[in-house]
Amino acid sequence: AAVESGDSEEEDLVSYGSALQPLQEGERIKKPVPLQEQTVKDAKGRYQRFHGAFTGGFSAGYFNTVGTKEGWTPSAFVSSRQKRADRTILGPEDFMDEEDLSEFGIAPKDITTTDDFASKAKDRIKEKARQIAGVVAPIPGTTAFDDLIGPSKITIGVELLRKMGWKEGQGIGPRVKRKPCRQKPDPTVKIYGCALPPGLSEASEDEEDEYQPENVTFAPKDVMPIDLTPKENVHGLGYKGLDPSQALFGVAGREHLNLFTGGSEETSNLIGDLRHSKGRKLGITGQAFGVGALEEEDDDIYATDTLSKYDTVLKDEEPGDGLYGWTAPKQYKSKKRPEREFKYIGKVLAGFSLASKPSAPVKIYPPPSLPRNYRPVHYFRPVIVAGNENCHLQKALEESTGKLESDPTHQSRHALTAAQRREQLGEAELKGSPAPSILEYLSEKDRERLKEVKQASEKQMKAKVVSQQPRNSRFQSASPEDATHKWQMQLEAQLVNAGSSDFKPFAKNPEKQKRYENFVKSLKQGEKDALERFLDPTMTAWERGREHEEFFRAAIFYRSSNSTLSSRFTRAKYEDDVDKVEVPRDQENDIDDKETAVKMKMFGKLTRDNFEWHPDKLLCKRFNVRDPYPDSSVVGLPKVKRDKYSVFNFLTVTEPTTSVTQATSEKIQESNSLNKPKKSSRWDVSDKEQEKKDSISEFISLARSKADVQQQPAVPATEECGTVTTETLPTVVTDEDKNQEEESGRPPMDLFKAIFVSSSDEKSSSSEEESDEEQQPTTSERASETTKQVDVPDRSSSNIQGKSVTATTDAGNSSLPTSKQELDVPEEFGPKLPPAFSSGRFCKHLDRKEKHRKIRERHKTKKEHKHKKEKKKKHKKQKNKGKHKNKKPEKDSSSDTTDSSDSLSDMDTTGLSPKELLRR
Amino acid sequence: MAFPRPRPARAELPRQRVQSLQCGQGAVRAARFNADGNYCLTCGSDKTLKLWNPHKGTALRTYQGHGYEVLDAAGSFDNSQICSGGADKAVALWDVTTGQVVRKYRGHAGKVNCVQFNQEATVIVSGSIDSTVRCWDCRSRRPDPIQVLDEAKDGISSVKLSAHEILTGSVDGRVRRYDLRTGQLCSDYIGSPITSVCFSKDGQCVLAASLDSTLRLLDKDTGELLGEYTGHRSTTYRLDCVLNEQDTHVGCASEDGHVYFWDLLEGSLALSLPVGQGVVQSLAFHPSLPCLLVATQGQVTLWREDTFQPEGDPG
Repeated sequence: AAVESGDSEEEDLVSYGSALQPLQEGERIKKPVPLQEQTVKDAKGRYQRFHGAFTGGFSAGYFNTVGTKEGWTPSAFVSSRQKRADRTILGPEDFMDEEDLSEFGIAPKDITTTDDFASKAKDRIKEKARQIAGVVAPIPGTTAFDDLIGPSKITIGVELLRKMGWKEGQGIGPRVKRKPCRQKPDPTVKIYGCALPPGLSEASEDEEDEYQPENVTFAPKDVMPIDLTPKENVHGLGYKGLDPSQALFGVAGREHLNLFTGGSEETSNLIGDLRHSKGRKLGITGQAFGVGALEEEDDDIYATDTLSKYDTVLKDEEPGDGLYGWTAPKQYKSKKRPEREFKYIGKVLAGFSLASKPSAPVKIYPPPSLPRNYRPVHYFRPVIVAGNENCHLQKALEESTGKLESDPTHQSRHALTAAQRREQLGEAELKGSPAPSILEYLSEKDRERLKEVKQASEKQMKAKVVSQQPRNSRFQSASPEDATHKWQMQLEAQLVNAGSSDFKPFAKNPEKQKRYENFVKSLKQGEKDALERFLDPTMTAWERGREHEEFFRAAIFYRSSNSTLSSRFTRAKYEDDVDKVEVPRDQENDIDDKETAVKMKMFGKLTRDNFEWHPDKLLCKRFNVRDPYPDSSVVGLPKVKRDKYSVFNFLTVTEPTTSVTQATSEKIQESNSLNKPKKSSRWDVSDKEQEKKDSISEFISLARSKADVQQQPAVPATEECGTVTTETLPTVVTDEDKNQEEESGRPPMDLFKAIFVSSSDEKSSSSEEESDEEQQPTTSERASETTKQVDVPDRSSSNIQGKSVTATTDAGNSSLPTSKQELDVPEEFGPKLPPAFSSGRFCKHLDRKEKHRKIRERHKTKKEHKHKKEKKKKHKKQKNKGKHKNKKPEKDSSSDTTDSSDSLSDMDTTGLSPKELLRR
Repeated sequence: MAFPRPRPARAELPRQRVQSLQCGQGAVRAARFNADGNYCLTCGSDKTLKLWNPHKGTALRTYQGHGYEVLDAAGSFDNSQICSGGADKAVALWDVTTGQVVRKYRGHAGKVNCVQFNQEATVIVSGSIDSTVRCWDCRSRRPDPIQVLDEAKDGISSVKLSAHEILTGSVDGRVRRYDLRTGQLCSDYIGSPITSVCFSKDGQCVLAASLDSTLRLLDKDTGELLGEYTGHRSTTYRLDCVLNEQDTHVGCASEDGHVYFWDLLEGSLALSLPVGQGVVQSLAFHPSLPCLLVATQGQVTLWREDTFQPEGDPG
């Protein structure tokens, strides 16, 4: 029964829940988790807190807290130095868990349409207010920019409206018909206005219709929104702060912004700031800034809106403006400005009144009326020095101009000299005072001579002009003559002081020097054609003209140093160099004849230029060579000073240098032959060739200028063209002259060389002359010295022909031993002379063909010569000796025959020389 | 170096190519023997200078330091130094063993066409297209030249030195010889631009090559024409001319890729050596052997006489 009852009891029991799983054997019963250990975790397994900062209560305790047992974990300091730029401003979201941002969090984030993109219709009133605010904003036009830039902000409603034809500012509704109305300048200022009178609404309410075209139906007027821009500042009402655009950019900036704002000008006008219209460029302008230093007017500093700007009397005037007494200042200013000055007295500042008529135009002052006889040209009257001798001339001049009354006794006091004044004042002459004129210093004789010269030169000047005419006509090539005569006249004028005889430009040619001195003397005495008398009668007219020129040049050149005062003053040691240029003394002469020579394969003397060249001392040392010029400080080619602006540099460019070069080369050959005696035989040949070359070049020049040939129908000249002036002693003409010239290395003489030296060849008997001296060790020294521009060349030792060689005189160096018989300076100036050979050995009218033939002949011999050359190398020594022997007798012969004898001597060594061929 | 056999009575000309050096320097602007002819220098357009043993065909050293093409080089008498000039307007003095630039001389205003040592390697004489010849001191440290020879009116194309003379060829068509011993300058007018000048071995003659495709042998002292040699083509480039070791023949590079040799006395063409297709840029003749160094188109070839046996000849 118990069992039954037990079973029944079991059946009767109602069981709740599910039974626990039967424990397995040996299994321990789990302890229940205590409450404090029961935690809630989120989906990601993190502890979920139940309450926090944003869900009511904040517990930063150990449980449910953010961090650790200690609570918030202090963050380690991290220098933000490197990332200062990207520091971000923390927002609330930075402190939120992402759960808070989830859909069910406290700040759910979901994609929503923002206001800007909301499809709801725009708040038109707000929009309008925004636009208005943009107009008056500190930076006007910002809202305009917004509209331009952000079209996406237009809501779908506005978009739809626009597509339906709506425009901003219009009202919404059916279009109404209205008659067009006047355009009002600005609708936006309405906000400042008072409520319009109802009756006038027609006239005044169409201000919003500025966008609307006329004569169509009009959209209904929009409701004028109220500017709801809150006043956020503490400025006074209507105060406008500094406008950066105007302050910084002036008017230009303003105009630029006007494109967008449009109404800002009215706005500023409303406030009364009129200054912008002045066109001020830059500067801070604005309210309450006072008057700057640069502002002229200070009448309207603060732009007060005074009562005087308003009408105080109701009148019927201005019916056209439709305002009827409405006197908002803006309208007067913007619309009535032109007439205001005439009509609206009340608008002017208190205390002022408008002029009833415009001010008179600026008066123009005419220039003073000129006298009738005025001529707008100024004639400079000659300045007359008020001296005794000039008084009459001055008076005459003054009378001629009517300036002075012709009373001779009544001189202007300015015309008086000190002496005259002294006489008038009755004062005694000062004793011991300096003599008034430098003439006082001169001896009586000198003074007389000066006077003489002066008169002479005047006379001569007159005479010269007349006399030159027939002279020129004699020559066919008159143009150079013309030129020279022109300055000859000038020179003669300057010759007043010239001509003391202590200088000898032609010292080398005593005859010429004598002629020159006579010439100068006669020149001083005013004999114009003096030269004609003194010139060698055997000379041709052409030569005479040449010499005449030459003398003039010489006289001019030495004028300064030969003044009559020269005895009183010390000469400058050196010439003034300001107008001189350094040019190489020796220049490679023109290559024309060289070209010809090369074409004919006539190398050698024709194509060779020899120069004196000074190696650097150190270079000699490095090369283990004795310095050839131990006393010289020159390095490279020696230079000379030439007149920078000298006429001669322009007239004869090539010829003087040629001759100088030749002379130099000759000199070098001398030294060469001394140093290397074996070569002397070649020099002789070369001399011939040189001569030949000269004749060739002269033929070339001859061909170039036929005129010269015609000028010289019969020139009984020596073989050297340069010696044309020396017929009286033709035999004296030797290369000695050239050497002489060569030695005078001082600048003035070089200049002279440039002037007078003959371009033609001189033929150098000198090499032979030197050759017999080759044993003397001093000769090489001498040669080098002379080429070195040593001041006084002493050539007497080497003078073969018994001529005493004197140093050429420098202008400033009269102390030089000038011995008497100076060598002729063969002049060669201007066009080259046709080759003139004395004794008719060479027909000077040899034409080109003949010349070529001879050259060909010469070339033939040259070829033979060439083959010989190889052998010659080995036998130079002996040959030289033979040659020298040959030369010894030659020195006895006159220079006139030197060349022929040279050539004879050449013949035995080198066969027939070309020179010899030419001779025949 | 001693001659292996007595000097032949008749001078032989190099007719046989025995070596070919591929320089790898771009165009070889110049090839030069050293003083004794055992080595050679090649100047490359790649700014390098190379030292070779041309007889063995081995490259010994490369000298780098020029800023532009190397146009000419020369070795000192003791083989210890090299001077070179280049288009970088500089003249460089090299130490042979270290390969370093000992000194650089700057002063030329243009390309340095030619350089030469004097006999004792105390002076470098360089000629440039700036028409000056400058003498640089190797002994002192002065940076400026001892002397500037500025007589030329156009670029200097060639400079040669003897014991006491400086021989220059200029594009103005003149051969100038500065004689330090006598202190004079002899200027011989040739007319056509001079491309190369050289002294004869006996020092009595001057050989001048000019752009009218003519070689002229001039007497040094008088300037007379001793011989004229034509047949090659030289109208554009700066080509070298040489005399052989016995002064019996003159040679010249040509633009048609040949090297021509003429008998010095007779002026007859003795040999036309086909070297290559291009212009023969540079020539150098061995100082004592019939041995020719020819630079053309980036390679340098060494030519010997016919009887030469490559194995047996010392070199």
